[in-house]
Amino acid sequence: MDADGSVSDESGRRRRVHGMLKLYYGLNEEGKTPEQPQSLDPCDINGPHFDPELYLNKLRRECSLSELMDHETCMVKQIRSLDSDMQTLVYENYNKFISATDTIRKMKNDFKKMEDEMDCLSANMAAITDFSASISGTLQDQHAQITKLSGVHTLLRKLQFLFELPARLNKCLELQAYAQAVSSHRRARCVLQQYSHLPSFKGIQDDCNAIMEKLAQELRQKFRDGGTSAKDLSECVELLLQLDEPAEELCDKFLSHAGSRLELDLQGLEAEIKPYPPTPAPKEAATRRSSSSTAVGSPSDNNSPKTLSLPSPTPNTDILEFIDRGCNEFVSSLCLVITSYQELFVNHAQTGELASKNIPQMANGKLQAFVDDLAARYFSLVERRIQEEKGVGDNSLLVRALDRFHRRLQAVAKLLPGSAVPTRGTEIVVRAATERVKQYLSALQSFYMDSLTDVRQALATPRLSVAGGGTHLGGPAAGRDAPSSLPELLSSLSASILNQIKSVLASVHLFTAKDITFSNKPYFKGEFCSQGVRENLVVNFIRFVCQSSRQFCESAGDKGGSTPPALLLLLSRLCLDFETSTISYILTLTDEQFLVQHQNPITPVTTLCGEAREAAQKLLNHYVKVQGLIISQMLRKSVETRDWVNTIEPRNVRAVMKRVVEDTTSIDVQVGLLYEEGVRKAHSSDSSKRTFSVYSSSRQQPRYAASYTPSAPMDTNLLSNIHKLFSERIDIFSSVEFNKVSVMTGIIKISLKTFLECVRLRTFGRYGLQQIQVDCHYLQMYLWRFVSDENLVHFLLDEIVGSSAHRCLDPSPMEQSVIEVICERG
Amino acid sequence: MEDDAPVIYGLEFQARALTAQTAETDAIRFLVGTQSLKFDNQIHIIDFDDENNIINKNVLLHQAGEIWHIAASPADKAVLSTCYNKTSDSRVVSCAAVWRMPSDWDSGNHESPDDSAHNPQTLELLCHLDDSAHRNAACVLWEPMGDGKRVISLADNHALLWDLQESSTQATVSSTATLEGKGQLKFTSGKWSPHHNCSQLATANDTTIRGWDLRTMSQIYCIENAHGQLVRDLDFNPNRQYYLASCGDDCKVKFWDVRNVQEPVKTLEEHSHWVWSVRYNHSHDQLVLTASSDSRLILSNMVSISSEPFGHLVDDEELSEGEDNHQEDKSKEPLKDSVVSTYEEHEDSVYAAEWSSADPWLFASLSYDGRLVINRVPRALKYRILL
Repeated sequence: MDADGSVSDESGRRRRVHGMLKLYYGLNEEGKTPEQPQSLDPCDINGPHFDPELYLNKLRRECSLSELMDHETCMVKQIRSLDSDMQTLVYENYNKFISATDTIRKMKNDFKKMEDEMDCLSANMAAITDFSASISGTLQDQHAQITKLSGVHTLLRKLQFLFELPARLNKCLELQAYAQAVSSHRRARCVLQQYSHLPSFKGIQDDCNAIMEKLAQELRQKFRDGGTSAKDLSECVELLLQLDEPAEELCDKFLSHAGSRLELDLQGLEAEIKPYPPTPAPKEAATRRSSSSTAVGSPSDNNSPKTLSLPSPTPNTDILEFIDRGCNEFVSSLCLVITSYQELFVNHAQTGELASKNIPQMANGKLQAFVDDLAARYFSLVERRIQEEKGVGDNSLLVRALDRFHRRLQAVAKLLPGSAVPTRGTEIVVRAATERVKQYLSALQSFYMDSLTDVRQALATPRLSVAGGGTHLGGPAAGRDAPSSLPELLSSLSASILNQIKSVLASVHLFTAKDITFSNKPYFKGEFCSQGVRENLVVNFIRFVCQSSRQFCESAGDKGGSTPPALLLLLSRLCLDFETSTISYILTLTDEQFLVQHQNPITPVTTLCGEAREAAQKLLNHYVKVQGLIISQMLRKSVETRDWVNTIEPRNVRAVMKRVVEDTTSIDVQVGLLYEEGVRKAHSSDSSKRTFSVYSSSRQQPRYAASYTPSAPMDTNLLSNIHKLFSERIDIFSSVEFNKVSVMTGIIKISLKTFLECVRLRTFGRYGLQQIQVDCHYLQMYLWRFVSDENLVHFLLDEIVGSSAHRCLDPSPMEQSVIEVICERG
Repeated sequence: MEDDAPVIYGLEFQARALTAQTAETDAIRFLVGTQSLKFDNQIHIIDFDDENNIINKNVLLHQAGEIWHIAASPADKAVLSTCYNKTSDSRVVSCAAVWRMPSDWDSGNHESPDDSAHNPQTLELLCHLDDSAHRNAACVLWEPMGDGKRVISLADNHALLWDLQESSTQATVSSTATLEGKGQLKFTSGKWSPHHNCSQLATANDTTIRGWDLRTMSQIYCIENAHGQLVRDLDFNPNRQYYLASCGDDCKVKFWDVRNVQEPVKTLEEHSHWVWSVRYNHSHDQLVLTASSDSRLILSNMVSISSEPFGHLVDDEELSEGEDNHQEDKSKEPLKDSVVSTYEEHEDSVYAAEWSSADPWLFASLSYDGRLVINRVPRALKYRILL
């Protein structure tokens, strides 16, 4: 079948053959029908369903003869090669089978030998087991004995430790290895306690106790001596605690010991305060600060008592240095004490067996009291020192000192959360700040008074310039570069006040600077700004300015004008300027700088402005009064000292009238320098020429006429009364407005009213009356221009001439033309 | 409560001198002396009929000269003193004299009022209070509550104590005190203290107030610069012996405790010009009257420095009533020093003001233009003081 059935492609033939062989064996081993899926084509020569008949028929139908021939040769070839392959395979398999048979035979022999050996082995093992059992049986006794012996050995070693303990402890004592001694004793203590009923142990225990007692004694001694450092001390305390020393006593002792050392610190600080001379020289202190700050800069050794007992290097340490020292020595020692104390008694005890005895609470209480007590003394020292800080030159030093002081206390606050120390520290800072503000206030006040004195001097020196026309300077004779004219004085005064306030504000502002620890305390955010700075400093200063101005009015009133009038005028203008701009400027500046929150009732700007205005008004009124009185005095003297009955016919205007006009003019200039012109009522074009015939004929004559014929009551002065009914009542010393005209009106009113009253007290002859007429006309010519309402001058002068006519023995008035001629002649 | 309107009386002449008729305690009567250089000066006797609100006047001639000051005897209704200016040969001389009013000035007036107006009776001169050494009398002071026999006159820098004898027809200087110092010193005003058995005198010269002991005629106290300017007038508190009021050209009224003269006890600054006169009410010393050349008269209630600082003293009977009373007291306490009233009836300077000697609630004021105004204390205040 194979011989004629191979027609497929030559190339894959060999492989296919091999695969078919494999397939063949596979089939043998695993059973039939793995060929199923291969091909059901009966014409596939390699397929299992190959049907030679069909294949032949197919070939015959499809191929030509030659093709059939070719196919046949190919088929023959294939069959031959297949045949040879088959033969080769058979040979190979045969050889393998033979060698396998050989191997199996050989194995059979070997196994037989092994079996024998195994038997032998099992026999040997059994023998070994027997032996082993017998050996362990013999060794059992000895082993138990050895175990016992080793137990005894350790016990003995322990006993030996106990017996050696006293000696060891003694040795430790000698070597001052207290810690070792205590730990040794601690190890033995329980055992000794347990077996104390045995006399031998009892003895040891007694010995040990005695030694430990001694040790404790020594520790206590060491503790008491105080010569030890804080670290030693804490070790000491730890040991004592372990020795069941009563904790309370230890606390006390520890604290008292620490207290004594802190005491030294405090004494050192106190020593710095005490020798302070009553007037500290700031320059000296400043130089010394730089030199001694280096010494303070090494705080490492401040625990050792040696540095503490050093004599204070300089009595004149400045505040920063003092605080530094306080912080570095006292506060840091205090912190150290607190930490070690807490370490020893509070934290340590909480973990150990002491916790049950409420020791932490007790210890905390003690510590609290201790710290409070010491801090109180420290604070009192600091406060004393701060109180000595009187100079207001450099605030930054104080602020820095306070800052440091406050900052350091924060450490205490962290260590002792419930302590009142930081609060009290803050209180001190607050007090210092308020005190400082007070000092600044008084400094401002004295500055103000000083500058007033300067102004006074400046006014006194070029006095001539004011009288002689204001702008005319006193010349080099004044010898000062100070401004001598009123506006310059005013501007320099107000500028210097403003500058001073600003610089003070800047200084005070340091208290609220961001980098200062206490600046974010509620006090410094709120009350300090609003109450302290705004109210107590700024507002009080403004008040002071107003008040002192008012005092000028009061004190000068009685003593007859000890204050130069120009100063009054100047101050009045100053107060007015305060009212219009300066106050609101300063307050706004303050509010901005200090971010004042208006939660407390504060003085509103309007109140202050009102006060300033009131002061300005009062000053100006007083100025008017004083100037009026000066002129009044001249007029009064001139009227009182003359014999008006026997005077000669007037040829001239009296000199005093010229003087009055001159003075009035210079006052006008002076006021004009500081105050605006003001409004005046429209006046006739020819005021100076107004004739006195108005009163001497039209008004005065009827009045005489009435007097000549005595008539019923109410008739007499009817005309003059009617006249007065229609003219407004004149208030002589009334308030004036803030302008030149009003001021001048006030002064002239006062002067003329005095003139009037004086005239009424005198009796005149004919020429006396005529002299008054001349004088009045002269005044009329010059004074009308100064006043707001010239009718006022007219009215008063009318009254004067009228009154003098009334008081005249021989009232024959002078001709108006003559009067005019005299007056124009000068 | 409506107050009665003031009563106004006009004189023909200008006038400065005003006094109450001190010895008269029944009728409300004031004396006014006129100032005229041309005509015979007069003394107007002003009677005020309180019930009908009418003024009755009588005129007496004072021919000696213009009257600058007038004072009535405390003992004899008919006796008064004046200081006057006499002009002769173009010389002006100040004199002082004691006068007696004619006994029938009253009766004649009623029968023929027109007659009396035209033919006024003349004062009868009792004696001159001048001697050759002491001229220029500024004022005459009668011994308060005295028998009308002792008078002090202030002339230039002398204070003269006169004894009036033989029903005031003879005056002899019993003692003098002289002010010594630099310059021309001159007394401007004075007051005889009613306290200390009438042994003290207060005088004013320039800005100084001085106290004198009349027994030794020596100075007992001195208030330098009592006022910034001239001191115009003085008055003693009638109930508190050490209290003294003064007024002057600094527009102020000051109250002094003469035991401590460094500072005034109180200062009033209500007037806008010189204050010419200050008068305590004779019985209620909290009421103080001041007259000023600002044409105003001011009545002040100075409770705090009066003899009744807390109002009326509470009687025992009232005390027992308990708490109601206390509340009442408290309501009374706020009586503070205050200006009671400002009287603006005058058109010219007011140089004098006087309380009536008969009615403690009534006072008169005189301005230079010859207007006399009679006013009353406001009723509300009157009842508050009384009740």
